[in-house]
Amino acid sequence: MSIFYTEEHEWIAVEGGSATVGITDYAQAQLGDIVFVELPAAGRELTKGGDAAVVESVKAASDVYSPVTGQVTEANSALEEDPSLVNTAPEGAAWFFKLTLADPAELEGLMDAAQYKAFCDGL
Amino acid sequence: MSDEEPADIVHTLPLDDWHRERGARMVPFAGYQMPIQYEGIMPEHLWTRENAGLFDVSHMGQLLLSGDGLDDALEAVLPGDVKGLTEGRQRYSLLLDDNGGILDDLMFSRFPDGIYMVVNGATKWDDIAHLHEALPEEININHLDERALIALQGPKAVDSLQRLAPGVEKLVFMTCGKFDLAGTEAWVSRSGYTGEDGYEISIDAEEAERVADLLCAEPEVKPIGLGARDSLRLEAGLPLYGHDLDTDIDPAIAGLGFAIPKRRRTDGGFPGAATVVKHLAEGAPTKRVGLKLAGRQPAREGAEIYAGDTLVGKVTSGGFSPSLQAPIAMGYIAAAHAATDTALQIDVRGKRLDATVVPMPFVPHRYVRGS
Repeated sequence: MSIFYTEEHEWIAVEGGSATVGITDYAQAQLGDIVFVELPAAGRELTKGGDAAVVESVKAASDVYSPVTGQVTEANSALEEDPSLVNTAPEGAAWFFKLTLADPAELEGLMDAAQYKAFCDGL
Repeated sequence: MSDEEPADIVHTLPLDDWHRERGARMVPFAGYQMPIQYEGIMPEHLWTRENAGLFDVSHMGQLLLSGDGLDDALEAVLPGDVKGLTEGRQRYSLLLDDNGGILDDLMFSRFPDGIYMVVNGATKWDDIAHLHEALPEEININHLDERALIALQGPKAVDSLQRLAPGVEKLVFMTCGKFDLAGTEAWVSRSGYTGEDGYEISIDAEEAERVADLLCAEPEVKPIGLGARDSLRLEAGLPLYGHDLDTDIDPAIAGLGFAIPKRRRTDGGFPGAATVVKHLAEGAPTKRVGLKLAGRQPAREGAEIYAGDTLVGKVTSGGFSPSLQAPIAMGYIAAAHAATDTALQIDVRGKRLDATVVPMPFVPHRYVRGS
């Protein structure tokens, strides 16, 4: 399994032709207490860089973009019951959705863990 | 995820370094760098409801008006009772345009040396220009930009402030006075913008860091950011200028009739009086209401409100209530749909969320009133 990161602070864990997407620990810390997550339904076609989900904190709603193009196979229903999971386990139990990759070549432009860490340190 | 781009500019306030040293996340607001949060909106909000929070509101405009004929002159620009305001008392009022539209909302108090007024930060330059234009030359408008303003809010604010400024415990809601606060003169009112008991404290800007340090050394007090200030005032049902109030809204529509006493309704003589008095007497075509949403998803400013298929209003402030752990909103609704318990729907990104009209405040006010 390989994990990649976007400049918009999403992570994507890839295994073969499918992937799991969520937001990073840096992102949840910036957002603060998450009170609601709107997830894409299974079957929805997402495009790289397009709207995929919305996270709501006390103060604001923030868009989450899809790191790649693909079709959603599953959304994490645990987040509907407990959105605060995004704060406590952003890069684990609080994954947002799974999808099948339309074009694995899209992963090439993303960052690996070391690159992403350097990117965040520079913010 | 996306963040809003920070605007360039911006000026710094007397406590800028102080906020940064305490880990505040600073954002541009009303032309100044302001602390949006320290440890997080949720814990800061709940701390204020149970203890005491220190808010730096030095971006707000502090004015001292004086001169012969001040009371008459001021009654010509705002609908409040200036003539009946005795020393040491404070009132809420509004600057209105000729149609009765709200230019700003404000607090004014009577001090021995004149009327002390606190106006919103984002509108203060327009307010000052408006007052210069509207008031006769004999009236001095002194912009006290060398003063800082700190709000101390919460049920324990009185405990901490009276240790530093003995006597403030004797003030009641909407009264004010000058007090010695650890060696500096503080203009203190017992009022605020959270729905809690608390104070607003005007001091020399050069004393701001020392006073903020002293207050935060009290066990009840933590610094609180603008984020929690917004969620606290929303729970208290208090409108925010530029969001819930603007020039398209008059005081009757906004449900702020309490700020216009009987004498002013009868005699008029303030901008837009004809429209405002008519709306107050006959009922306004739209009303500012509170809305409680089903589920957990918040509706934000700008969301449209429907009764079935009919568009009946718009959300002007909305968020997640930390105290109630539920989404709440404030908005304007056609009068026919504005009664308490009316079931409505709010459109959020194409999804209709069920909402109910509820009385405000969402969380009861806990002001300390005189007997």
